[in-house]
Amino acid sequence: MSALALNLRATWGRAYGRLVGAFREPTWLITDAILPNLGMLAFVMLYRALGAPRSFEALAVVGGLLATYWINVLWGMGAQFYWEKQSGQLQLYFVAPCSRMAILSGMALGGFLLTTARSAFGLFLGFVVVGVRVEPFSLPALLGVFTLTMVALYALGMVMASLFLLWGREAYHLSNALYQPVQFLSGLYFPLKTLGPLGIVAAGLVPLGLGVDALRQVLLGAGAHALLPLRFEIVALVVLCAVFLWLARVALAYLESLAKREGRLTQRWQ
Amino acid sequence: MTPDDPQNPPAVDVRGLTRTFRDRTRLRRVPGRGELCALGGVDVRIERGEVFGLLGPNGAGKTTLIKILTTLLFPTAGEARVEGFDVVRDANQVRKRIGLVSGGESSGYGILTVRECLWMFSQFYGVPGKVAGPRIDALIETAGLAEQARTRINRLSTGQRQRMNFARGFVSDPDVVFLDEPTLGMDVNAARAMREYVARWVRERPGRTVLLTTHTMREAEELCDRIAIIDHGRVLACDSFAGLRCRVEGGQHVELELRAADGGTPALPSLAGVQAVWGAPHPERGTRALKFRLPPGGSLADVLRELEARGARIEAIATRETSLEDVFVALVGRGLEESDEPEDDGAAPSGAP
Repeated sequence: MSALALNLRATWGRAYGRLVGAFREPTWLITDAILPNLGMLAFVMLYRALGAPRSFEALAVVGGLLATYWINVLWGMGAQFYWEKQSGQLQLYFVAPCSRMAILSGMALGGFLLTTARSAFGLFLGFVVVGVRVEPFSLPALLGVFTLTMVALYALGMVMASLFLLWGREAYHLSNALYQPVQFLSGLYFPLKTLGPLGIVAAGLVPLGLGVDALRQVLLGAGAHALLPLRFEIVALVVLCAVFLWLARVALAYLESLAKREGRLTQRWQ
Repeated sequence: MTPDDPQNPPAVDVRGLTRTFRDRTRLRRVPGRGELCALGGVDVRIERGEVFGLLGPNGAGKTTLIKILTTLLFPTAGEARVEGFDVVRDANQVRKRIGLVSGGESSGYGILTVRECLWMFSQFYGVPGKVAGPRIDALIETAGLAEQARTRINRLSTGQRQRMNFARGFVSDPDVVFLDEPTLGMDVNAARAMREYVARWVRERPGRTVLLTTHTMREAEELCDRIAIIDHGRVLACDSFAGLRCRVEGGQHVELELRAADGGTPALPSLAGVQAVWGAPHPERGTRALKFRLPPGGSLADVLRELEARGARIEAIATRETSLEDVFVALVGRGLEESDEPEDDGAAPSGAP
């Protein structure tokens, strides 16, 4: 069997585990699909009550949808290896012949598909229930920007998975600590442009803000109050994809080497 | 040592394997380095088709050796090969050929069923679906989990999870399986079924090999073609059970239950030829149990006659041959459960950075 076939099987195996498991719990519809979208609806209602331009409502919906992916990246990717270690499972991944990147990709794919199902509910709430509207848009452009954003975001999650593992039990606190600041610096519920130079710096570090801004531009045109021109943001997202995927490989290789040298990272109590 | 045939290398070939951990807390140090020596120049050769046992007390270095052989740890010095592949340089080739079961650990995700979990792990080894399905069914049957095949893992008992973990180690049909105390946490029947499976698995296809660590002497006696006794990171002896028995003084092990005429303890140690006496009273029955070893050529009848002459009445008598436990105690100087070390986890001690 070729390495590619092996790694594709491993990716799907890991993704399947995540998908089938999540859909088996009926409560996920409430806890993971309905409740997280209430914050997004609050912003839509706020803009509506203030008489803000209608495009602001769409800004909040796009930001709210991407927030669900950010939550998944933090908890489903970043903290995952740490939890795998705690359950004694990490060493089984390290013993398997497939690439560690295939395992991480499976986690990312499963998490992405799962979160997309949750986001569909957010789309329904935003565009059907509360009647938010967008400008006519190019579907290929939307899918292209969305794909780039997701690849960059989940590649960042792959990097975080290794880093969180190195930092041990602080991973939990780190996830908590990162959630609100990144949400704010990415302008999920307001135009990123409002942050000025700080927004540009944040966009260069975390792909969430760039992705949100680019998607808003595709959906809302001038109403997006964009931070940077769309082409520039697309190029930046491509660069972030490459950088984070490379970093993920490097971090994993370092992690594995450290685990073998110190013998610590595959032990749940260390 | 037999010269290697490149076309048919041994399943496991370990030469001068050393593993040290930085340690600031323990006493056992490599001079001048402040390091804990978990393995100190281990040589082991396991031929294909063997069931090889590794016996040692906690902290002996068993798990460290398994972790190196399964590519989870780098050795500090020496060389280790599995199926002819170097565990450091050709780690991926090694991984394709091995399975690992660590007793007492569970695997998979609680929300998956037993079958789904085994399928997931089969995919990490690239097992095609058509092959994986029947193999998983057979393993589930062997593990006695047929009724739980569609049960979520988080609804299994500890023993059932352990059996699933055992089945997982075989799902890729490896050439070499490393079983690190695999029956830990299993009930007697499940442990017996697992032992029978391992014996059958090795016989099914020539070349399949098992390296087993266990705390159950009977398991080692029953399963293993050869056994290495390891302590303090060194192999003290490596041979078949029969060969190991020859290394300790032979003779009969005798257990007596006797009643002294005057209610006291018969002076057994003074009997000629009797060695290693252990005794304990049975206050409820008013008797005393005595265990001793009779050297080769010694006459049990003479001992019994002498005891009776001293007023003791023999209530019960049992004899047995030298067991693996006797060999172990003779070589290591203490029983398997009596450890002078913290738990051997194959990891750096807590003092390491």
